[in-house]
Amino acid sequence: MVDELTDVLISKHHPMDKLLRQDRLPHIWCSGCGLGTVLTCFVSALEKLDLDMDQVVVVSGIGCTGRAAGYLNLDGFHTTHGRAIPFATGLKLGNPELKVVVISGDGDLMAIGGNHFIHAARRNMDLTVICVNNFNYGMTSGQLAPTTPTNARTSTSPYGNAEHPFNVPYLAAATGATYVARWTVLHVRRLERSIIEAMNKRGFSVVEVISPCPTYYGRWNKMGSALEQMKYYHDKSTIRHWSDPAQADIGLEGQIIVGRFVDIDKPTFCDLLQGADQ
Amino acid sequence: MKLWRKPLDQDRVVVPRGEIHLIVERCKGCQLCATYCPRDVLEMSSLFNTRGYHPPQVRNARRCLVCGLCTMLCPEFAIYVEEVGHDQ
Ligand SMILES: Cc1ncc(C[n+]2csc(CCOP(=O)(O)OP(=O)(O)O)c2C)c(N)n1
Ligand code: SF4
Ligand SMILES: [Mg+2]
Repeated sequence: MVDELTDVLISKHHPMDKLLRQDRLPHIWCSGCGLGTVLTCFVSALEKLDLDMDQVVVVSGIGCTGRAAGYLNLDGFHTTHGRAIPFATGLKLGNPELKVVVISGDGDLMAIGGNHFIHAARRNMDLTVICVNNFNYGMTSGQLAPTTPTNARTSTSPYGNAEHPFNVPYLAAATGATYVARWTVLHVRRLERSIIEAMNKRGFSVVEVISPCPTYYGRWNKMGSALEQMKYYHDKSTIRHWSDPAQADIGLEGQIIVGRFVDIDKPTFCDLLQGADQ
Repeated sequence: MKLWRKPLDQDRVVVPRGEIHLIVERCKGCQLCATYCPRDVLEMSSLFNTRGYHPPQVRNARRCLVCGLCTMLCPEFAIYVEEVGHDQ
């Protein structure tokens, strides 16, 4: 029946398949979830980076985003909840030649893993962190996260969130990250470029991706279809490179400031450790 | 395309032509590709894959310029475009 599709060539393999675990596809992510596109951008960035894929490791925590490591045909580890950064730190210290990337959710990195995040930034651990922010805990059915905007509804804030959220770029910049950027999933090319820049950066580099969770966050906040939610974030975003991340708070309505916020150089933890050796 | 003057490099510019490939069973019918194709090459079909989703199909093959946006946006690694020659 599908061979009746007009002008389409039916294939079995995708050009990105060599970096994917095909036996695990299709992935578990909901239709229209932004996570698949984040993974596409990451794979596309890997294809453009001139790296030995045996030296790239992807570490994830728990959550829908946390599944990312398991879909990549690279060395990787699916750690316990919140512990992606300490696991990645151990890998990097054990073998400083590795390119270690953490791909995890806002809940995993900012809530249970919040302390690991700020201290890895403070030490300037040479890691790249891709934080997919869908403003809630998607996997466990849409609970409030530390990134949920004030007044937003979630399954654990049905009357509206009474808390102030974390502003991820501001937190990363204030605690010592050397590269900080934020994009929405629809900014595919810019996101890909930021992932490349972050992976080329020595030090703690953070890319926040604003992503729809149509199944929970979108439904609770009446944001319409997955496509509408994705378009909403894109339409609300204003690109302001090198602006003060303190101004980049995300409210329930209003603009989302995106772009590159920080790109600085300073000694990494490994640099200082080697200096102390001598 | 209507040009208001003949570009100096017109004889050297080639317009690539693309072919759309689909791994039908991976598609979850999210419509991202059909919505964002800047050349309106794709549309959603009314057919079903075995998971019950409507995959996209090509509405206007000649318009594809191989920009690759569908490949980049597809969350399922289900669609990609390949260059197959060019128009002068
Ligand atoms: C120690 C521990 N506490 C709680 C959980 C339950 N849990 C699983 S995923 C998750 C939150 C994930 O949120 P996020 O990182 O934002 O990922 P998302 O699903 O939104 O991508 C929680 C609390 C757990 N697995 N382990
Ligand atoms: S629950 Fe939300 S975050 Fe998880 S796969 Fe579905 S849409 Fe994506
Ligand atoms: Mg989340």
